[in-house]
Amino acid sequence: MSNAIHRALAAQLGDAVTLDPSGLPRVAPASTDALATALGVANEHQWRIRIEGNGTWMPADAPADLTVTTRRLDRITSIASADLVATVQSGVAIGTLAQSLAAHKAWLALDPPGAPERSIGSVLATATPGPARYRFGTVRDHVLGTTVVTGDGRVVRAGGSVVKNVAGYDLTKLQIGGFGAFGVIADVNLRLRALPAARLLLTATGALDPLFHAGRALVDAAIDATTIELLSPGVTNRADWMLIVELAGTEAGVDAELARAAALAPVLRPSPEAQAGVTNALAQAFLEGAISLRAGALPPSLPALADAVESQLGPGRMSLGVGGGGFRWAGNAAVPDLLEFRRSLAEQEIPLTIERAPWPIRSAVGHFGAFREGVGTLTTRLRAVFDPSNILTAPLEGQRDG
Amino acid sequence: MSPSSDLRDALAAIVGARWVKTANAERRTYEADGLPTHASVPMLAVLPGSREEVIAIIKLLAERKVSWVVRGAGTGLSGGALADHATVLIPLTRLNRILSIDPVSRRAVIQPGVVNAKLSEAAAPFGLYYAPDPSSQAACTIGGNVAENAGGPHCLKYGTTTNHIVEIEVVLADGTVTRLGSPQGESWGPDLVGLFVGSEGMFGVALEITTRLEPTPAAVRTLLSAFDSVRAASEAVSAIVASGVVPAALELLDRACVAAVENSIYAAGYPTDAEAVLLVELDGTRASVDAEAPVVEAILHRFKAQSVRSAETPESRAKLWQGRKKAFGALGRITADLVVQDAVVPRSTLPGILDTITEIGERHRLLITNVFHAGDGNLHPVICYDQRDPDLRRRAILASREIMEACVAAGGTITGEHGVGSDKIDYMPLIFDETSLATMCAIRKVFDPTERANPGKVVPVHSCREWRAGWVA
Repeated sequence: MSNAIHRALAAQLGDAVTLDPSGLPRVAPASTDALATALGVANEHQWRIRIEGNGTWMPADAPADLTVTTRRLDRITSIASADLVATVQSGVAIGTLAQSLAAHKAWLALDPPGAPERSIGSVLATATPGPARYRFGTVRDHVLGTTVVTGDGRVVRAGGSVVKNVAGYDLTKLQIGGFGAFGVIADVNLRLRALPAARLLLTATGALDPLFHAGRALVDAAIDATTIELLSPGVTNRADWMLIVELAGTEAGVDAELARAAALAPVLRPSPEAQAGVTNALAQAFLEGAISLRAGALPPSLPALADAVESQLGPGRMSLGVGGGGFRWAGNAAVPDLLEFRRSLAEQEIPLTIERAPWPIRSAVGHFGAFREGVGTLTTRLRAVFDPSNILTAPLEGQRDG
Repeated sequence: MSPSSDLRDALAAIVGARWVKTANAERRTYEADGLPTHASVPMLAVLPGSREEVIAIIKLLAERKVSWVVRGAGTGLSGGALADHATVLIPLTRLNRILSIDPVSRRAVIQPGVVNAKLSEAAAPFGLYYAPDPSSQAACTIGGNVAENAGGPHCLKYGTTTNHIVEIEVVLADGTVTRLGSPQGESWGPDLVGLFVGSEGMFGVALEITTRLEPTPAAVRTLLSAFDSVRAASEAVSAIVASGVVPAALELLDRACVAAVENSIYAAGYPTDAEAVLLVELDGTRASVDAEAPVVEAILHRFKAQSVRSAETPESRAKLWQGRKKAFGALGRITADLVVQDAVVPRSTLPGILDTITEIGERHRLLITNVFHAGDGNLHPVICYDQRDPDLRRRAILASREIMEACVAAGGTITGEHGVGSDKIDYMPLIFDETSLATMCAIRKVFDPTERANPGKVVPVHSCREWRAGWVA
């Protein structure tokens, strides 16, 4: 079977088709058209597809007949610095992108977990923001448009490359956090920000509760911060929790906010020397352990959520969005414990999403698990629009819910 | 078609007879929205007073196989809330209760008929406000804003409606009720809130909406600057954005618009001898505003601003903003009818596109004036004409199309915040190919397989007919 698939694809796509280390055919299209050809052929033969980016986030372990990787879709098509818009192919590494943008005095105000080699397509498909979501929003708030190839090889464009756009339904939103269930993202138009003139990291270490209250004091006083986040000891490899607050803006603006922040939360100290270490810890910590998950919890429920996750899943590594809510945990856990944890959160109306896990776990638990009433029917129909033969391997629902 | 008395009676049994409007004069009050070029009288209008009544109406219309259109305050500018003689109109203006405000998590739960500005008023005692601020915010409803993904001047810094809605309870066209999203904003599954916002009333009816609220900025400063060319003003806009300062708003009015404002009761003290007036609003902490204002002022002077004036008191700022927000009303004094167009271009192409719009106006012998969200590249060319003159009307429509084509050619789009509705439907193929349009049709059918919710809007019908792929009904 593998050889037949390899031959059939190689006839159309030449050296874009190889065998991966496990002997599975892997196609690495270098253009949207080639990606559409690969998916069209796969759809014709009903081959199950595993979607990969650069192979640094989701384990490449979904059972499939064929891997489609976006790693050769690695071009930064344009950076329009005057418009603060970039168009990039989905396989572009986030580290490479950040460097290129910096040369244009711009940045993508997203700080997702994962290695610098992680693809922007992976960040979109899993919708994994970082602490800067407090000021700049989650992944959805940075994406202006997408080009997607559906499971049957159609090329669908949504949105555009301007910062405001309400022409047609906002199909882009479906791709962000869709885990590949609604097609393979080929390219993306991103909203950028001008690099701020000054940035300053403040940190404090200690126990969770007092740091949480210190952070909330800043929120209540509307301190102009990009990040107000609590990191568990596992993230920074320290004995205590760490509150991180980042100020950004003009030099004078940052100085003034520093003074206000220090008055409101005297435990906070400017820690410019810690910037690189914290950035690195945030990127790496959520790759450790087999699983990374996020929960949509509002700020008041975060301390109790941290306790609950520690007792039900273990301490792992946690990041708490003190400012606007949001919670991330990485570690190891068994399927029954994850299901029970998700159930306990659902009772509090808190959704839980599995962002990264080995196939046996994500297929059993599902990225989203059981849907709310009505949402499951809509999701199934939406999948059928984008993948009529159901060849894209994306376990949104679990097999062991309920 | 006159409504069957049977349908009228069945609706009256749900909402009470006084809330079913069947008389010709009553129905005609709903024949248009804020766009004068399109009109259509609905079969009847039914005004529910509760969530339960909305659900009952939708279920009844599903059983009777009758199409329907939901309407907010009717301030839309794309003919999006028009219903024809075979279609029931459902204004939601009676569903105007703010159900709760959570000042700690900065969330409000509201009914869809709540007027945009009323939410900010209700949140003000908590030091909070609702950020999206369409120019019609004193009248438009948040349900309508959700349908259109409405914007406004302050969306430059704070984003449009979609960035501020976290959870929606909806009733689908078959009467199914479901909740999308969560109070924090994380979704239960795919981002169906993101898909629903901006779906122009074609996916279902929002019954209850949870919004974000933002802290009221401690300091706000509005700078009024005058330029001797629109080009210089728009170049200053790009330079301000590239400087790293993110103004709350960056609005541009051209000479004709300024003249109309200054000759009206909304006179704001804009300089009438300038070719362009640029409003720059900075907000945030006192220190950040103090630090950013000199940066912006230096840029304005670098681009040869004739004058720069600063307004800081609430009264003086309100006056400056009144001129901007009431500009369309002021223009109404100088022309019998006007079409407020809506298109977006990459900010860097603004100077060229404004020249093109002037040229289009001259060629069609039409006054086209500009008042727009310059920071977003979101243009609002205002075409002045007289609806009673068929030739003028024809030229206004031709000019509209040429403006759209020019904006698309510049890398832009056909609508930034008003929606497609009836008005822009023919322009959709300018920006989307058949495959993408057909996919939109299929998505609409996921939510509404019978296509009874706001029929005939957004996607050209021929694109839907050509849809052949095997989506599941």
